[in-house]
Amino acid sequence: MFKRLHEAAETVTVEFEGERLRVPAGETVAAALLATTDAATRTTPVGGSGRAPYCMMGVCFDCLVEIDGVPNRQACMTVVRDGMRIRRQHGVRGLGDPA
Amino acid sequence: MSAGMSASTGATTRDLVIVGAGAAGMAAAATAAEAGLSVTVLDEQPAPGGQIYRAIEDVRAKRGADMSILGEDYAAGVPLAAKLRGTVTDYRRNATVWQIEDDGAVWFSDGRKADCVRGRTILLATGAMERPMPIPGWTLPGVMTAGAAQILMKSAGMVPDGRVVLAGAGPLLFLVADQLIRAGARVAAVVETTRLSDYLRALPHLPRALRAHAYLTKGLAMRRRIKAAGVPLIGGAGSFAVMGSERATGLSFDADGRRHEIAADTVLLHLGVVPNTQASRQLRLAHAWDERQRYWYPITDDWGRTSQANVFVAGDGAGILGAKCAEASGRLTALEIAHEQGRLGLGERDAQARVWQERRFDHAAIRPFLDTLYAPPGEFLRPADAVTVCRCEEITAGDIRAAAALGAPGPNQLKAFLRCGMGPCQGRMCGLTVSEILAEAQGRPVEAVGAYRIRPPLKPVTLAELAEMDPPPA
Repeated sequence: MFKRLHEAAETVTVEFEGERLRVPAGETVAAALLATTDAATRTTPVGGSGRAPYCMMGVCFDCLVEIDGVPNRQACMTVVRDGMRIRRQHGVRGLGDPA
Repeated sequence: MSAGMSASTGATTRDLVIVGAGAAGMAAAATAAEAGLSVTVLDEQPAPGGQIYRAIEDVRAKRGADMSILGEDYAAGVPLAAKLRGTVTDYRRNATVWQIEDDGAVWFSDGRKADCVRGRTILLATGAMERPMPIPGWTLPGVMTAGAAQILMKSAGMVPDGRVVLAGAGPLLFLVADQLIRAGARVAAVVETTRLSDYLRALPHLPRALRAHAYLTKGLAMRRRIKAAGVPLIGGAGSFAVMGSERATGLSFDADGRRHEIAADTVLLHLGVVPNTQASRQLRLAHAWDERQRYWYPITDDWGRTSQANVFVAGDGAGILGAKCAEASGRLTALEIAHEQGRLGLGERDAQARVWQERRFDHAAIRPFLDTLYAPPGEFLRPADAVTVCRCEEITAGDIRAAAALGAPGPNQLKAFLRCGMGPCQGRMCGLTVSEILAEAQGRPVEAVGAYRIRPPLKPVTLAELAEMDPPPA
C-alpha cells in the first residue's frame, strides 16, 4: 500500500466496491486504490491471477477496473470524480455485462 | 499537403500536431508557436510535463515541500510548462491518441468523445517507458516499477507504506531510492545488478563522459546519501525472484556467492528506459535496433526527420538521451519544421539551432558510459522458461521457446500461436522480450527477427466514444 504525505485541501467522494472513500481531488483512480488496499484490483481473464497497478503511466494495462459501469478503464489514466463508482474487474469483461 | 478541412474527416488542419507534452513536446510546441506555426498538442495526462516533469505545475503550486524531495532536475520542468501554457493556444489534456494516419490525421479521445485533428506535419514526442523486467513473481500486487513509485510521489504525494526494496540497474533506480528516503519511506535495500566487470567495460567511455561530469557527480552523491541513510546497497546481484503468492512479500536474489532474501511490502523494479515505439511502429516508420541498450528506435536524422516525410520524432522516443537532450531535440525539430514550412530562413534556423545542438552534444556525452555500464543483463532479456513474459495473456518464456521450436518464424506469427502480445497492452510489455527470445532460439540477430506489427487503435476506444464524434460537415 501507499500512504499520502499531505492532507488534501480539496477532496471528492468516490465509491470502491460499494465503500465510500474520501480522496484528494485530482488524484488518479490508481493512486486512490493504492492508498486504500494492498489486494489485487483485478484478476486476469486467462489464469485468474491477481494484479494491481504496475507502471502508473498507461502502458501496462494491469490497473484495469470498472468505472461507472464501464469495464477495462485504465485506473492510472483516470482522475477521480465526485460520485465515481469503482469496482474490481474479474476475468473477462464482455459486451452487455451488468454494470 | 493542403491546408483547411480534410474531406474525409472534417477535421481542423494545423501546421503541426504534437503527440506528447513531456520535455520534447513542450519545448517543440513553444518553439514552433513562436515561429508562427499553428500548433495542437495532444497529451494523455491531465497536465503537461510527461513522466519526467509529471504534475510539475501542481507540485510547484500546492506541494512546495515535495519540490525539494524531487530535486532541481525536476524543477527544470517549471519554465517548460509555463512556456507551453504561454505560447500554445490548442493544448489538449487527457487526449489519448489512438490512431495516426499517413496523411496527417491524428485521432484521439478524451474518454467521452473521439475527435480528429490533421497536421501538415506530425511530431511524435511520445517519450520512453521503463524496460519491462520479467522475473519470477513480477506480476504480483506489490510489485511496481521504480518509475511508478516516482510518478506516485510526483502526481499524488504518496510513498510506499511499509518496507520497500528497489532492484535492477540504471540512474533512475538510485534517484527514486534517494527521493523515497528523503520523503521518509522505509527503504530496506537497493539491489543492483551492476558488477565490477560492468565498470571495467564502461571505463573507456569515461573520458567522454567527463564532458557531462554533472551526471557523474550527481550519481555519486545519490549513492553516498543512500549509504549514509543506512540503506544497504548490494551490487552484482542476479537470479532475482519476487517472494510471495497472493502479493509480494519480498525479493530474493544471488549476490556474493549466496542467496539473499529481503522482506518487503513493495518491490520496485527498474532496468533503464526504452523508447515507447507504439506510435512510430503503427506509422511503419523505419526502426533500428540498439545493440548496447537492447531496444528499438525509429531512425531519425539530427533534426528528428524520419523515414516518412511528414512525420518527425523528438526526445527519448527516438533513442534514450535523457530529459535535457529531449528538450534540445524538441527545439531543433521545431526549428526544422518551421524552416520546412517556410516560416524560418535557413540562416535563422541555424542561428537559433546552434545553442541547442551544443547543449544536446554536451548532455549526450554521458550516454556511451551509462549505456555500457547499465547494459541490461541477459537474465532479464531472455528470462528462464517459467517466467511470465506476456503479462496480459500470461505467456511464459518457455511457451515462446516451444512455439519457436514448432516453427513460429517471428513475433507476428507468435500472436497466432499463443495470443502473445494481443492483450490490452498490445505488446508494450512483452515486445522486446519476445524478439530477444526468438532471436536466441533461431540463432538470428534481433534486427532480423523484427518486432510486433502495431495496429490501431493504439489505445482502446469504445464505440460510445466513436458515436459521440462530430459528423463531417455536409
